[in-house]
Amino acid sequence: MASTTPAKRPDPARLLSAPARWTLPELALWVAAAACFWVFPSKLLLLNEVAILALFALSLDLILGYAGIVSLGHAAFFGVGAYAAGLLAKHGIADPLVGLGVAAAAAGIVGFLSSFLVLRGSDLTRLMVTLGVALLLFELANRLDGITGGADGLQGITMGPLLGLFEFDLYGRTAFVYSTTVLFALFLVARRVVHSPFGLSLRAVKGNLLRARAVGISSSTRSVAIYTLAAVYAGIAGGLTAQTSQFVSLDVFDFHRSADVMLVLVLGGTGYLYGGIIGALIFRLMQDWLAGITPQYWQFWIGLVLVLVVLVGRERIEGLPRGLMGLLRRLTGRPAAEGTRP
Amino acid sequence: MVTILLDGIAYGMLLFVLACGLSVTLGLMNFVNLAHGAFAMAGGYTTALLMNRAGVSFFVCLPLSFLVAAALGAVMERTLYRHLYGRPHLDQVLFTIGIVFMAVSATDWAMGSQPQNIRLPDSLRGRVEILGGSIGVYRLFVIVVCGLLTIAIQAILNGTRFGSRLRAAVDDPRVARGLGIPVNTVFALTFAFGSGLAGLGGALGTEVFGMDPTFPVKFMIYFLIVVSVGGTTSITGAFFASLLLGIADVAGKYYVPEIGAFIIYAVMVAVLIVRPQGLFARAGR
Repeated sequence: MASTTPAKRPDPARLLSAPARWTLPELALWVAAAACFWVFPSKLLLLNEVAILALFALSLDLILGYAGIVSLGHAAFFGVGAYAAGLLAKHGIADPLVGLGVAAAAAGIVGFLSSFLVLRGSDLTRLMVTLGVALLLFELANRLDGITGGADGLQGITMGPLLGLFEFDLYGRTAFVYSTTVLFALFLVARRVVHSPFGLSLRAVKGNLLRARAVGISSSTRSVAIYTLAAVYAGIAGGLTAQTSQFVSLDVFDFHRSADVMLVLVLGGTGYLYGGIIGALIFRLMQDWLAGITPQYWQFWIGLVLVLVVLVGRERIEGLPRGLMGLLRRLTGRPAAEGTRP
Repeated sequence: MVTILLDGIAYGMLLFVLACGLSVTLGLMNFVNLAHGAFAMAGGYTTALLMNRAGVSFFVCLPLSFLVAAALGAVMERTLYRHLYGRPHLDQVLFTIGIVFMAVSATDWAMGSQPQNIRLPDSLRGRVEILGGSIGVYRLFVIVVCGLLTIAIQAILNGTRFGSRLRAAVDDPRVARGLGIPVNTVFALTFAFGSGLAGLGGALGTEVFGMDPTFPVKFMIYFLIVVSVGGTTSITGAFFASLLLGIADVAGKYYVPEIGAFIIYAVMVAVLIVRPQGLFARAGR
């Protein structure tokens, strides 16, 4: 704000579009992600999981960070996508990209339908409905064991080569490049969406529903749209999991998956899209480390982290990566982007 | 038919005792406590341990379960929960999920993952004939105990000085404080009492639901449905919601076992479509 002339008020259009500009730390992050392929060739399977988890958290960020919807059952869409992609591959259509499209469509349909229930009522009803939808799908997948394999999981998935050229290998090379590319592409779309007038109006609805309505923003159509989009993203993340691990089990709908993704997002920070990616990295490394110490009871420590995060203050922890980004920006000599968080 | 109805009522009453503490903290105090089931689990394990390891009578275990869960609730409220009143719902959700995870893992670590079984005293076994149906003596006992508790809770909330203080503290904490009502103490007592009821419900329910370390996660959805279907303004709503849910669940599992597990979600969706604010919501809230 100090950089503009004090006599003139800043141009609102410029103020709103300022965060949409690409900054150096952002580019550095993506370059680093790509560099992982050569730097950590033995960790690609783990990094593939990080990329998928990041995409899943990104999808939660769309509804939590931008629309303020607290969801206890985001795994529902992840699971639908995973089963859709898995079933398709099992029954002969082995092309990964087609599978991903079907996963996205299936999750999108479920998301669109359930969004009407989610939009009713208060935060409390939303908690109940999101949790209920995930449990319902869990029960459904459990009962239809003729199709889904029930508690044994969906076995016998064989994936075709990516684009007809690259076979999925044991070291996760193809898987990592595939997942990271999908993450990057979807990230670009999400970035475009949240900085568009549509995304700005979502923030208005989140900030103050009454005022947003007073200036003529229809909150419900926007919520339906973003909820459906988030479901599509989660479905793609689920599809990626099914395709790269070639296995789907009931675990995809489990409650702890919905809770974990919330922790991921909170560790990285909500409402600026990179939270999911940073959080996924922290979470996965932490989980690996904890599982090494106590294989059976690592959930206890995840719970402790959740409690501590809240007691220390979400804002302070969220501020950390954001502050780091700001520091990098200052070091690289570019003027700080105005109003990174309006 | 009558048998199923009575079983459903017993089930529903039990749900009410389990959830009514939550309907006060969540509904009235607007605090999202997803860890409510952990207190119920504490009660259930207290009874199971006392009966199986120390041979204490079931009837002595019930009040003890209440006390243990209430004490646990009071300590947690004073040390942790009170910092979170007035924080965003997301914080409360994250915090209480963390508590649930810790409770589940800690119980698993200390007690093992197998379900806890208790042996009911002989006086509570067998069946009796009522209104042309038959019901287990224990279910009847549950109905009577829970029915008495319901009446007592209603009387306390509506008829005593403490009840009116609580309602005042909930409606407007600032003004209540200004009038000299010790709001913090009232909240702490209410929280402890609600946790104690959950513990008692857990103890009574050990025989009906089974009690294992995943109890808080498994029953989270039931509690949420009871509170949000019942509406967040009175415990009468929660009472009828519990009965509806209990009867629907038992009847569904009996008549249409293939889809029995889906009945509660159907109830949830149906109520939401007809009355998004819950069955007994005050208009315009």
